Amino acid sequence: MRWTLWVPLALFTFFLGLAAYQLSQPKDDVIVSGMIGKPLPQFSLEPISPDRPGVSTADFQDGTPKLLNIWASWCLPCIAEAPHLERLKEQGVQIIGIAIRDKPEDVARFLNRHGNPYTRIGSDDLSAIQFELGSSGVPETYVIDGDGMIRYQHIGDVRAEHVPMLIQQLEAAR
Amino acid sequence: MTRHFLAWMAGLAAMASAMFAMPILAQSSTAPAPYAYQQLDDPALERRATDLMHTLRCLTCQSQSIADSDASMAGDMRHQVRTRILAGEEPEAIRAWLIERYGDYVSYDPQVSATTWPLFAVPLLLLLLAGLILRKRIGRGGVADREGEGT
Repeated sequence: MRWTLWVPLALFTFFLGLAAYQLSQPKDDVIVSGMIGKPLPQFSLEPISPDRPGVSTADFQDGTPKLLNIWASWCLPCIAEAPHLERLKEQGVQIIGIAIRDKPEDVARFLNRHGNPYTRIGSDDLSAIQFELGSSGVPETYVIDGDGMIRYQHIGDVRAEHVPMLIQQLEAAR
Repeated sequence: MTRHFLAWMAGLAAMASAMFAMPILAQSSTAPAPYAYQQLDDPALERRATDLMHTLRCLTCQSQSIADSDASMAGDMRHQVRTRILAGEEPEAIRAWLIERYGDYVSYDPQVSATTWPLFAVPLLLLLLAGLILRKRIGRGGVADREGEGT
């Protein structure tokens, strides 16, 4: 019986091939939220900017789909996405911001320099909303439909090519 | 000789500049969450919280538990764990709450599920196979053995 020789060899080659294939794949370290398709949790966040009110769950339940943008003044990719959020705002999209572990003076400086596309900004000092949303980093952008259901999660900064895609997602959430 | 010295100096300069370089991924400047570095008063509850924190994965550093990580988000997660334990929540309920949001990924205590069952099944299968081969070998005796491995 030669199978005792060939089977281990075949297994070895299989694992070698598997390892080679996996090594050739791009690194995938995004953690997709398990909350997509589920309702937003109940929360209420204090304002952090003098001219923008705070954020609570009810603000997402007025029938209009909105973007929920998790950001922070200390986050570099947030600077990169600022002009694209501005473009979304110009196209009539309502963007509600949640600032993570931020200070009012830093938020004011950031908004002065990079624009303020937000209708409301809530302050989350404990990343509590991130844990509720299944968000693992800053920035992240969520599409929330008019009933407060989480419909889509965009991980990382919003780039030019994501603007039409997000508008499509908002349309689909109507 | 001077050339070696110059190369050495250049190396030293590169090291020094690397040491003083700013980190690219800035972290927030606000104070850490109350229970990020503060233990619970009740040692028994703190024990439960610590045991759980050692088996939860830090989301921003990815190869550390939240008990081992100094990332702001790991601190916030420790705060979540301690306040929930203090409120009387079971450690496994907190783990389940996190797995619902982040998937099996967040837990260092793998459970048998639709995607992880091969991890548990394959070692059993291999043990069974090894047992069968051993039984066959031992049961067959010397002459058959030489035939089986004939060159």
